[in-house]
Amino acid sequence: MKFHPNEVQARSRAAAGTLFLAMVFLVGSFFRAQVVQHASYLLKSEENRLREVPLPAQRGMIRDRRGAVIAENVPGYTVSVLSPRQDSLRAVLARVATVIPISPEQTDLALRRFRRSANRPTVILNSASFDIVSRLEEHRLLFPGLIIQQTPKRFYPDGPAVASLVGYTGEVTEAELATAAYLGYKPGQQVGRVGLERQYEQRLRGHEGVRFVEVDARGRVVRDADTRDVVLPEPATPLNTNIDLDLQRFVAGIFGDSLTGAAVALDPVTGDVLALHSGPSFDPNRFIGGVSSAYYEQLRNDPRRPLLNKATQGRYPPGSTWKLATAVTALELGLVRMDEHMQVPCTGAYQYGNRPFKCHLAKGHGSLTLAQAIEQSCDVYFYQLGLKIGLDRLIAGGIKLGAGSRSGVDLPNDNRPFYPTEPVAEYFNRKYGPAGWSGQGPSLSLSIGQGENTQTVIGLAKFYTALAMGGEAVAPRIVRGDPIKSRIFDLDSATLAGLRDALTGVVSRGTAASARIQGVVMAGKTGTAQSGKVVAGKELNHAWFAGFAPADAPRIVVAVMLEFGGHGPRAAHIASKIIEHYLRAAPVTFIKTEGEW
Amino acid sequence: MVRRNIAVDYPLALLALGLSLAGVATVYSAGQTDVSTGLVNLWRTQALYLALGLGAAWIVSRVTVRMLDYLTPAIYGTTIAVLTLLLFVGRGAGTGQHTKSWIYIGDVSIGQPSELAKIAVVLMLAKVLSVRGETPSTLKEFWRPALVVGAPWLLIMLQPDLGTGLVFIGVFFAMLFWAGTDWRLLVLAASPVVSLVLAFSTGLWGAWFLLMLALVLWVKPFILESIAVVAANLVMGVVAPIVWSRLSAYQQRRLLVFLDPSSDPLMGGWHVMQSQVAIGSGGWLGKGFTAGSQKRLGYLPEQQTDFIFPVVGEELGFLGVVLVLGLFAWLMMRCIRVAGRSKNPFASLVAFGLVSMIFVHVLINVGMTIGVMPITGIPLPFFSFGGSFMLACWLAMGLMIRLSVEGRGRADTFVI
Repeated sequence: MKFHPNEVQARSRAAAGTLFLAMVFLVGSFFRAQVVQHASYLLKSEENRLREVPLPAQRGMIRDRRGAVIAENVPGYTVSVLSPRQDSLRAVLARVATVIPISPEQTDLALRRFRRSANRPTVILNSASFDIVSRLEEHRLLFPGLIIQQTPKRFYPDGPAVASLVGYTGEVTEAELATAAYLGYKPGQQVGRVGLERQYEQRLRGHEGVRFVEVDARGRVVRDADTRDVVLPEPATPLNTNIDLDLQRFVAGIFGDSLTGAAVALDPVTGDVLALHSGPSFDPNRFIGGVSSAYYEQLRNDPRRPLLNKATQGRYPPGSTWKLATAVTALELGLVRMDEHMQVPCTGAYQYGNRPFKCHLAKGHGSLTLAQAIEQSCDVYFYQLGLKIGLDRLIAGGIKLGAGSRSGVDLPNDNRPFYPTEPVAEYFNRKYGPAGWSGQGPSLSLSIGQGENTQTVIGLAKFYTALAMGGEAVAPRIVRGDPIKSRIFDLDSATLAGLRDALTGVVSRGTAASARIQGVVMAGKTGTAQSGKVVAGKELNHAWFAGFAPADAPRIVVAVMLEFGGHGPRAAHIASKIIEHYLRAAPVTFIKTEGEW
Repeated sequence: MVRRNIAVDYPLALLALGLSLAGVATVYSAGQTDVSTGLVNLWRTQALYLALGLGAAWIVSRVTVRMLDYLTPAIYGTTIAVLTLLLFVGRGAGTGQHTKSWIYIGDVSIGQPSELAKIAVVLMLAKVLSVRGETPSTLKEFWRPALVVGAPWLLIMLQPDLGTGLVFIGVFFAMLFWAGTDWRLLVLAASPVVSLVLAFSTGLWGAWFLLMLALVLWVKPFILESIAVVAANLVMGVVAPIVWSRLSAYQQRRLLVFLDPSSDPLMGGWHVMQSQVAIGSGGWLGKGFTAGSQKRLGYLPEQQTDFIFPVVGEELGFLGVVLVLGLFAWLMMRCIRVAGRSKNPFASLVAFGLVSMIFVHVLINVGMTIGVMPITGIPLPFFSFGGSFMLACWLAMGLMIRLSVEGRGRADTFVI
């Protein structure tokens, strides 16, 4: 061994040098991590341990015009899980399934939610019962990362009675999350599905809060994080509507589960929607927290289509209720006066070309004035009036009266009616080919509300606000706001009075005489519209009634349509009940009861 | 009554004691978690181990170098016997559940003999290297020291315990260097291993191979040795990757896990990442003693043993890290001084062997936590929880104190 002191000293220096270099290397590595990259590592350590748990906001209440509750929130529970990885979520779900029933679909759904936003707790159950929650709490230690939260749950105290109005809420779908309209939404959140819930989603949702929890390496929640502040959820302010809940209940009560159709009640001055119902209805409460597939299938397969809003979505030929549009168009053009007779008296049918066009009264009405023709709903009179106006002007008039426009109601499924567009010849050529229609032919059907014309119930109600208010139509509004009025026709006061008298006559002596209310002068028009659907050799008809009351100072406009519901007077009965209920009429005046039914 | 007093190297002793107390404090902190880890009371045990270690050091510091020299073959022989026995009765424990590193009596674990074997190997290597008049000057002459290290190394690799095996190799080269072996010769001896490491990249390996050829031409060892070195490098660089690539992924993984059970390739990366996050998030001053969030929430793997240093890094920050590493550096400088001063070649070699042992531990353990060294289950002296290792460290300190006393030419003082 070489062990001279000089050599040893040289080796000592070499050893010390190696030690020094090694230490510089290590200290340098730590300097890089702890000083240079400190911020990024700090962030990583936060990401590591902090998980945001959303605090759902109270969805805004929906109230009626007097403040009564249409939609509110009740305490519910959501069960969710924080997992670091998909397989650990799967494992937790498998263990949860041993304690509470969880279907494979729910498992799949949870996994999909996890894949969308892994850092948020993955919702397993949207609305868990207290029983389920207590069973989970019992076995809490089995489930790392389990978060049970009290979450406001939507509740509609009147259930089916308000379903057509409010709709319901449901979890935002994956397809929706992919669209720009749902920017900022996260899986597991509730959104308005249809009705007001959807229309006013942004106003109703409130602002979700967030709290942070610390999780350990296995994803178990250790405690609330103290380093970051809790952001409290901001509840949405209540949505005040124009609905008269009492009337709404009454309307829904009339329809019950047996009548198919819709009824809309408007305040003709303000456009306030007082009631809007589509029957048969469904229970929106059963949609909260996920509708069962059995219930949903039952609704979907019901031939009466409960999920279709027949007041705003459904389009039906308006039938004789549309004769007022024909009359108004002709009056405005100066082609007719209220006391004017047509050339050909009604003999039960009108011969046009080589084809007879029937009147609903086979024995015929004889020669009538316009006022009488409205009262008696004489088809032959209106055929001739339509021909007199001419197809172009008839359709232009209809469009001016709103026949081709949406009602403007603040609901998501406010359908546009089917109505010919201008230029008229182009429209019919496109539809039937130049040889498929004759010059004035469509006028006959259109003048009595058949043919190329289907309207929504709420759209027709809007037209009748103009009849009630002397030409000024007002857009139906469910949520409070300023009335949006538009003048759709202009007639002198004598003509207006004549029109009103005619409509009053419908109820007091005419086709809806059976529906008159004691003490209230009601104006309106029945309609029996051919649906084109034939059962057992007989064509089914939609029964219509649209009208207002009191006739001299209208406070309510009602449109009622009974799908395949037979004749107009049936609808008129319902309308008069609605009006009576709303006006709570006292029997102060008797109206004349002569005339035909 | 006869009392033998020695002039203790107080800076050395105090440095080691300071590090040990910091270590116990860190073990205490490692037990302060928000999740149940069962480590809460570990620091008490560690304090007890420290007391045992101090006692052992005190006893060892009374043993003269001559006596030590005399006892070395017996100590070494016993060690080999115990390590052999361990292959039959050894069991896993703690971090190494699948190894045979632990000795048990009944169900009570007594310790890890391989920790103490490190000291026995240092002693025996010092004896072998000091007994011979000449320093190994050819690769052929490496056989004797290689045998001294190789026998226990093989026994330990069979447990298997790659970390301890690495320490042996480091100590082997360090002591050969201290004995005066030409560093170029040492490089040649180590070259096949470097070739194996560089074999993954043809370019790097090619450069290394050319460097080797140049070194061989420069040193001009015997022709057979030259051929052996070059051949070994060729085999490692060319054959090993071919064999490796023929293995299926799971076989490769099995081999890696066999070599080092703690290096589960799947979890290893995650562990280092969490360790780095803990250290990096500490910043300049750290999150405060016991307040490290990574540690508290169980993100650190083995935060009481192999990954104890990130606790220091996270809670005491860069300044804490520098302080602890500075203390280690100071201690090791002190030990190198002892080795340099010692007039007795055996004593000098023992001192240098012990400091190189500590050096390898610190470098690999600390480097592993920050991701600049491979993950091998190797503890940090004075810090990592564990009785055998604490004992080994303080035995080394006891020896070092003795060597320091005798190296300075101060005889024992006898106080009657």
